[in-house]
Amino acid sequence: MSKSEAASNGLSRRKFLGASVAAGASVAPGISLISVANAKPVDQAISDEKRWGMLIDTNKCAKGCSACVDACNTENGLNTGDEQNSRQEQKAQWIRKVDLRDKLTGHEVSLPLMCQHCENPPCVDVCPTGASFKREDGVVLVDKHICIGCRYCMMACPYKARSFIHEELTNQVENTPRGKGTVESCTLCVHRIDEDTNNQRDPACAEACNTEGHKAMIFGDLKDASSDVSKALKQHSSKAIREDLGLNPGIRYRGI
Amino acid sequence: MKYLQKMLVLLSVVLLASTTAFAEVPSPKIPKGNAEQCVEPTQEMRVNHMEYILHQRDETVYKGVRTKQHSFKECINCHTVKDDAGKAVNFKDERHFCNSCHTYAAVKIDCFECHASTPTAKKDGKAHAGINSLIKMTAAESNNNE
Repeated sequence: MSKSEAASNGLSRRKFLGASVAAGASVAPGISLISVANAKPVDQAISDEKRWGMLIDTNKCAKGCSACVDACNTENGLNTGDEQNSRQEQKAQWIRKVDLRDKLTGHEVSLPLMCQHCENPPCVDVCPTGASFKREDGVVLVDKHICIGCRYCMMACPYKARSFIHEELTNQVENTPRGKGTVESCTLCVHRIDEDTNNQRDPACAEACNTEGHKAMIFGDLKDASSDVSKALKQHSSKAIREDLGLNPGIRYRGI
Repeated sequence: MKYLQKMLVLLSVVLLASTTAFAEVPSPKIPKGNAEQCVEPTQEMRVNHMEYILHQRDETVYKGVRTKQHSFKECINCHTVKDDAGKAVNFKDERHFCNSCHTYAAVKIDCFECHASTPTAKKDGKAHAGINSLIKMTAAESNNNE
């Protein structure tokens, strides 16, 4: 690639050289260079240079399909053991399918709803201990070490995205520590996205949706203009649920 | 003189009793880890393991640092104790690495109310090989630095 070509791609000489070094000589030129250069080594702290988010295309989401919900439950070991004894409304629910029907036209859409990873999360505002927090890369989490289980955040969340663990648990999944008396919600599979380039994977729900062939969930870095999710957001109109609240969620939807 | 004799007898009795008592003091049976050595010197880990775990906890939860060196997951992976059937025992079992000493020291920990106390079955089974190679790498690096 000549100097002028690199410049026409919007890369400065310095940035282009940096990308080449990080990507190695064997990588084909183009987009892959940039994505590899932006990857986080596993020992490096997250930063606000990224904001993880997702675009969910409700036109592609199949009614009756629960692949994302099942994948989430398996990945995080939800509703196993004693939790199966919980009442239906008490069971852990990190992601759920919602079917909507327009009364006027009869048009139906189906969509997965989970923690929307707001830029201004109400759950963080109300938490009395600071357990509910937003990571620098935009992922909203509960630090269960300091959660006292008061459940204010559950009431503050307009998306009803959080669950409370009612039962004593054993045999948790190693990537998802969870225990009685704490509140929890979708983590965007942080244990997957924090890994280094070679091992980094999409959240379990998005991965399952792709495997199922629907490809309704595009996950990626909203601040990286070259990421699939940013490109799709630029190309198509999308909406946040309850945009009127001004929370600026990281999860956005098409077709609602 | 008689008083001195009496004292000597008493002293020897006390000494004898104390040595017998020392021999009878139960000591914890700490199972050996599965790697060649721990991520820090054994003595250091015995005294300060909780500091390492606590530090790494905040690094991981807030900063997303998931290195293996001081990760809780790797502690569990390496310090697995298996029962007769070859299945890893959980924290409720007295043979469990953490439990073996914490029961002895009467220090109650609540790590395992949330965290898994046994390794999640790996498809590639590389957990132990992973930490061994990590230690070798670290050792090689420190040698190079010297």
